[in-house]
Amino acid sequence: MKETPLSNCERRFLLRAIEEKKRLDGRQTYDYRNIKISFGTDYGCCIVELGKTRVLGQVSCELVSPKLNRATEGILFFNLELSQMAAPAFEPGRQSDLLVKLNRLLERCLRNSKCIDTESLCVVAGEKVWQIRVDLHLLNHDGNIIDAASIAAIVALCHFRRPDVSVQGDEVTLYTLEERDPVPLSIHHMPICVSFAFFQQGTYLLVDPNEREERVMDGLLVIAMNKHREICTIQSSGGIMLLKDQVLRCSKIAGVKVAEITELIQKALANDQKVRKEGGKFGFAESIANQRITAFRMEKAPIDTSDVEEKAEEIISEAEPPSEVVSKPVLWTPGTAQIGEGIENSWGDLEDSEKEAEDEGGSDEAIILDSIKMDTGEVSNIGSQDAPIVLSDSEEEEMIILEPDKNPKKIRTQTVSATQVKAPSKKPVKKRKKKRAAN
Amino acid sequence: MKQVLKESLPTNGDTSVLAGVYGPAEVKVSKEIFNKATLEVTLRPKIGLPGVAEKSRERLIRNTCEAVVLGALHPRTSITVVLQVVSDAGSLLACCLNAACMALVDAGVPMRALFCGVTCALDSDGTLLLDPTAKQEKEARAVLTFALDSVERKLLMSTTKGLYSDAELQQCLAAAQAASQHVFRFYRESLQRRYSKS
Repeated sequence: MKETPLSNCERRFLLRAIEEKKRLDGRQTYDYRNIKISFGTDYGCCIVELGKTRVLGQVSCELVSPKLNRATEGILFFNLELSQMAAPAFEPGRQSDLLVKLNRLLERCLRNSKCIDTESLCVVAGEKVWQIRVDLHLLNHDGNIIDAASIAAIVALCHFRRPDVSVQGDEVTLYTLEERDPVPLSIHHMPICVSFAFFQQGTYLLVDPNEREERVMDGLLVIAMNKHREICTIQSSGGIMLLKDQVLRCSKIAGVKVAEITELIQKALANDQKVRKEGGKFGFAESIANQRITAFRMEKAPIDTSDVEEKAEEIISEAEPPSEVVSKPVLWTPGTAQIGEGIENSWGDLEDSEKEAEDEGGSDEAIILDSIKMDTGEVSNIGSQDAPIVLSDSEEEEMIILEPDKNPKKIRTQTVSATQVKAPSKKPVKKRKKKRAAN
Repeated sequence: MKQVLKESLPTNGDTSVLAGVYGPAEVKVSKEIFNKATLEVTLRPKIGLPGVAEKSRERLIRNTCEAVVLGALHPRTSITVVLQVVSDAGSLLACCLNAACMALVDAGVPMRALFCGVTCALDSDGTLLLDPTAKQEKEARAVLTFALDSVERKLLMSTTKGLYSDAELQQCLAAAQAASQHVFRFYRESLQRRYSKS
């Protein structure tokens, strides 16, 4: 579906509001929207909501052989997908530009900053390492995908537990989840992206732009930072030219925001861990059920299946028995077998006659074939010749071989006699009859 | 032409699927059908890229939806159903069917009936288990999934895996029909709540 274009008055309205330091949802210039983090039942699954932008993250692991030039390091793989439900414009084939940009930024933020210790993912050097795969799905697009995605990724990685492995000499034992408790990944620091949108050639700046603001912005500055105020990645796109002190100011703001967000993440993780330890219920079903009036839950309902057997027997006794299927496969050659005979070719007697008429025409004189094709009236006559076939019996002695160029004239005149119309096709008709006799 | 996205998140135990519906909306000329709406279903797994299993489930869901959606009321348009697996703990196809139905209802797509999905598992000693968990599905001898309509509890779609006798099939079907009553009651009550708000 095509994206609905932004109207000029909406654009002007947004820009004017920004000039007056007003945002449509009432936030201040440096305010983030509400961030909500919820976890699923499996480890490594989380949904992060930044306002209305929603991202689902899932981490999974697998034992693979390491890369040849990095034999002692595990492999990290990130994949962000823009689901079609996020926005009508996100069709499966159509979002390459934005997708590549977001994926690349996410990779730089998480992989190049070395926030995950890949050496600890090695099991047997050169042979088996853990491949950690982070899948992020954008469920709803209301601006600032990169911030939500980076939060979801780092939260999922912190939440994830991989199976425990022990190496004793040459023996490697992989414990299942029941045998030994799974082990968390070793994470050095948590880089989080903060986006700044610039308007009017860098005069005005907004933190955490929503979807409308993103559409009218001039450029975007993304700073990935951790709570120790270390910049992991910085990217400026859109062609805006920023002054040095603007960039420094943004990085100071980012430092403050990242500290707040990191605290929120730690609280959410601690909460979830507490609930799991106490054996309480956890998962998405719990997190959505209580809040909204539109959410509804029903307890497990036992179904009365006592009369199911009787009903089934009734149905079977009333049903017709299945038709007997006799399958005797005939083996022609190794690899080729035939079951059944198949039924006769029933591709229509009408088409049969047409085909034969053309065939005859072709075999006798090519010209007759052409004439048959040129006169469409001719062809239809052949097709509807059930009655004439019978009549032509009596007309056999009248068979005349006509010159092909006389045919058009004959058909054009109204007074064409039935015999003459049939004449050009007599030969094929006759031959057809003969064929039928043979059959 | 309305472009409406509605979301529903049904959870069968721990299995949850998020569904969104767009439509009736513009359709590409190559895909348009002159006398009815084109229905497209996309199912996204949580981990990895969509593969053959997802394609086959998409087709099953699409066939079920096409049987109930009144496509003739919106010719040359497209109705897109997008499903995202949020967590999978057994009975995934049934959950997807329920999600799709609720999303279609919420989006206001005209339908001749509601439908629901019910999964049935038969274990090695012939006991029937409705709505099995992932572990029960793995250990079962046969797993059968049915899509039933709401008007007469007729069978819209069935897909089965494993070995079972025809008596067992009829038993599972009868049990699924009994279970579908509960699911439809759930639909009714949750829709009442949804529309009582406004």
